[in-house]
Amino acid sequence: MNPDASTIAAGAPIEVDLSPVAEGQDIKVFWRGKPIYISHRTKKQIDEARAVPVASLPDPQSDEARVKSGHDQWLVVIGICTHLGCIPIAHEGNYDGFFCPCHGSQYDSSGRIRQGPAPANLPVPPYQFVSDTKIQIG
Amino acid sequence: MSGPSDYQPSNPALQWIERRLPILGLVHSSFVVYPTPRNLNYWWTFGAILSFMLGIQILTGVILAMHYTPHADFAFKSVELIVRDVNYGWLLRNMHAVGASMFFVAVYVHMFRGIYYGSYKEPREVLWILGVIIYLLMMATGFMGYVLPWGQMSFWGATVITNLFSAIPYVGESIVTLLWGGYSVGNPTLNRFFSLHYLLPFLIAGVVVLHVWALHVAGQNNPDGVEPKTEKDTVPFTPHATIKDGFGVACFLLLYAWFIFYMPNYLGDADNYIPANPGVTPPHIVPEWYYLPFYAILRSIPNKLAGVIAMFSAIIILCFLPWLDAAKTRSSKYRPLAKQFFWIFVVVCILLGYLGAQPPEGIYVIAGRVLTVCYFAYFLIVLPLLARIETPRPVPNSISEAILAKSGKAVASIMVALVAAGALFVGTLQDVRAEEGGTKPPGNKWSFAGPFGTYDRGALQRGLKVYKEVCSNCHGLSYIAFRNLAEAGGPGYSVAQAAAFASDYKIKDGPNDQGEMFERPGRPADYFPSPFPNEQAARAANGGAAPPDLSLITKARSYGRGFPMFIIDFFSQYQEQGPDYVAAVLQGFEDKAPEGVTIPEGSYYNKYFSGHAIKMPKPLSDGQVTYDDGSPATVAQYAKDVTTFLMWTAEPHMEARKRLGLQVFVFLIIFAFLMYFTKKKVWADSH
Repeated sequence: MNPDASTIAAGAPIEVDLSPVAEGQDIKVFWRGKPIYISHRTKKQIDEARAVPVASLPDPQSDEARVKSGHDQWLVVIGICTHLGCIPIAHEGNYDGFFCPCHGSQYDSSGRIRQGPAPANLPVPPYQFVSDTKIQIG
Repeated sequence: MSGPSDYQPSNPALQWIERRLPILGLVHSSFVVYPTPRNLNYWWTFGAILSFMLGIQILTGVILAMHYTPHADFAFKSVELIVRDVNYGWLLRNMHAVGASMFFVAVYVHMFRGIYYGSYKEPREVLWILGVIIYLLMMATGFMGYVLPWGQMSFWGATVITNLFSAIPYVGESIVTLLWGGYSVGNPTLNRFFSLHYLLPFLIAGVVVLHVWALHVAGQNNPDGVEPKTEKDTVPFTPHATIKDGFGVACFLLLYAWFIFYMPNYLGDADNYIPANPGVTPPHIVPEWYYLPFYAILRSIPNKLAGVIAMFSAIIILCFLPWLDAAKTRSSKYRPLAKQFFWIFVVVCILLGYLGAQPPEGIYVIAGRVLTVCYFAYFLIVLPLLARIETPRPVPNSISEAILAKSGKAVASIMVALVAAGALFVGTLQDVRAEEGGTKPPGNKWSFAGPFGTYDRGALQRGLKVYKEVCSNCHGLSYIAFRNLAEAGGPGYSVAQAAAFASDYKIKDGPNDQGEMFERPGRPADYFPSPFPNEQAARAANGGAAPPDLSLITKARSYGRGFPMFIIDFFSQYQEQGPDYVAAVLQGFEDKAPEGVTIPEGSYYNKYFSGHAIKMPKPLSDGQVTYDDGSPATVAQYAKDVTTFLMWTAEPHMEARKRLGLQVFVFLIIFAFLMYFTKKKVWADSH
C-alpha cells in the first residue's frame, strides 16, 4: 500500500523562480501535494527571528540552521501544521510568521513553533539554490 | 445456537434438507423457541434496531456504490449526480448518511444499557468484548465513509485523523505514508478508503454473528440481573421478543424518517458541500458528532502523543470493564451508588461531546481536561472502589419474583431525559459556527420551509432571470442542466421552453472531424456554461478571489444557531440557515464601513459576510432586472427570488422528498400503533 511508481515519479524535484517575489511577500507552491511556503523576509522579520534566545524555544533551532547561508532573506518551509496537518496562514499571529486556524498554533518568521499545541517547527523541505533567483525543491 | 434442536419440519422436502443441513432447526432454536427473560424492558430492543440498521446501511451502500466514482476529481460530482439524477438517489443518499448517525445513536444507547445493567459481567465478558470490537469497526467504517463525498470536511477530517498516527514514535511517518498511498491525502487515499469502507461492514456483520452466538450461549441479561431459573422466568423469543422488537424498530424508524425526509442536513456540516481543496483549511475542523467525546479527550491533552494514546485508551478501556467492575450485583437497579455514578458518567460523556465541537481555547480546554479526568476516573477509580465499599440492595430470588414486586418504574422519564440529552449532544455541531463573527442574518419567510413547503414557481422563474442577467457574469451553475428547468418540482417550464432557453446559450463541443473544438447552440441535456474556463482564470479576473459556483451555495453556507436554538430547530424543522445567509449577504452591502472597521483595497464592506470584507462588489441595485409579472423591481425582491432559485438548484427534489415524507410518516404511525396493540395482546398473560 505504499505510494505507487507514478506517485513517486510525480514527486520528483521542482524548480521555482524567485525573482517575482518582492520583499515581504510570500508564495505557496505545491510539491508532493504539500503546500510549500517561500517567504521573502524583510530585515525586521530576520532580526526578530534571530533575536530570540534559541534555548527558550519549544523546539530549539536557530534561524541560521533553517535557511541557506547567503540567502538569509529566503525562508522555505512546508506549510503543514505539525499538530494535525492543517495549513497555517502566512503573515498572521503574534510572531510575524504563521498562524494555524485549526487549533491555534503560532509560528514565528522562521517557521518555528512559539505557541499552541503543535510539537515541532514547520519542517524545511530539502532544497538548494540553483542560481541566486532559482531554487530546486526536492 | 443453543444446543441441538429437536425441531422436525412437517413438510417432507424441508425434512430432506433438515437431515442434511439443520439450518431450520438452528433458526427455530435461536429465534423462535429461544427462551428470553420475561422482564426485559424496551432498552433491550436496541439489539434488533442495530441489526436492522446494519442491514439498511449495507443495502443502501451497495446501491450507492453502483453510482459512485471513487476518484478525487469526480467523487464530489458523482455524489451530486446520485442526488440529482439517480432514481430516488436523494432518498438512498439521505438514508445512508443519516443512517450512519442513527446507527451510532442506537449503539450508544445499547452500550449505556449494557453498562447500567452490568451486562458485561460473568459469564458475558466475551460477548461484551465482541461488542467493543464491533464499535471500533463501526468508527473506522463511519470515518472512511465520511471521506468519500470528498468535500472540505471529508478531506480535512481525513488529514487530521490520519495525522494522528504520525504521533507514534519512529514508525509514525511511514504508517501515515502507507495510509495515504502518497505524500499527502489524495486520490490513492480516497481509493483505498472506498475499498475499505466496502469491506468493513461485512466484517462487522461477521462479528455480529459471533456477538449473537455468544449472546445465545450465555443467555440475555435482564434488568434485574438474576439468571432465569425456571420456565416461569422466560417467554419464547417468538412471538414475544420479535413483536416487541418490531415495535421498537417502528418507533426508531419515526426518528430516522424525521431526519431523512425533513432535515437531512441537520447532522452534517455545511462545509462538506464545498469540494475538497488541499490549499484551504476550513476555520473549524469538526468530526461527526459521534466522535466528538473522543476528539475532546484528544485535544485536552497538550502533548500530541499522549493525546492520541488517551483517545484510543478511552475506547480500549471498555474491553477491561468486566474486570474493573468486580461487584457481584449485576444490575445498577440494586446498586444505589453505582446508579448515581452511572448517570454522572453519561453527563460527562455528553459534555465531552459538547466540548469536542467547541474551539480549543480558554475555558473549553480546562473543562475538557477536568472531564477527561472524570471519564477515566469512572473506570479506574469509581467502579473498582464501589465494588468494595457499596452495600447493594437485596436482589430478588428470581425474575418472576421481581415482576411481582414491580413498582411501576418510570421508564418514560428516563426516556425523556435521554432524548433531551441526545438532542443537546447532536446539536453541538451547530454551535461551533457561531464563533465566526459577523452579524446573524435576519430570518425570512420562505415558501419552501417546513414539512409542507414547496417552491414558489414565480419566484423560481424570476430568480432564474436574476441569475441569468446578473450573477452568471461571474458565477457558474455547473450542476444544473437546462433540462432540469422543465422537471417536476422546479420552475415549472415546459420541455419546449427549456429547449428554447438552452438554445440561447453557446456551448463548446468537439473535437469535430478536423480535430477542432466548435460552438453550437445549447441543448436541454447541456449544463449551464461557467463564465470562466477554470478556477485560476476566475481568480485572476476577480482580484484573487474566485467567485464560487452557485449550484450548492445555499447548502454550503451556514451560520451558528447557538444554544438552545439548535434544539428548537430539531422540532421546528428549521433548515434555512443557508438561504437566510445568502439573502442577507446580497442585501448587506453598505457604502461606508462603520467606524473602526478598515476594509482592504479592492474589497467591500458587507454587514453579514464573515470578516465583513467581501471581494464581490454590490451586485444588485433597484430596477436592474425587469420583471414581467409586476413584482417590485427592488433589491429585496431580487435577493429573495434569486435565493429561492438557488435553494432549488441545491435541493431540486425537495418537494418530492417532503411529499414522500408525509406518506412515510402516515404509514409508520399506523404501523407502530398496530405493532403496539399486537404486542399488548401477545404479552397480555406474561406480565
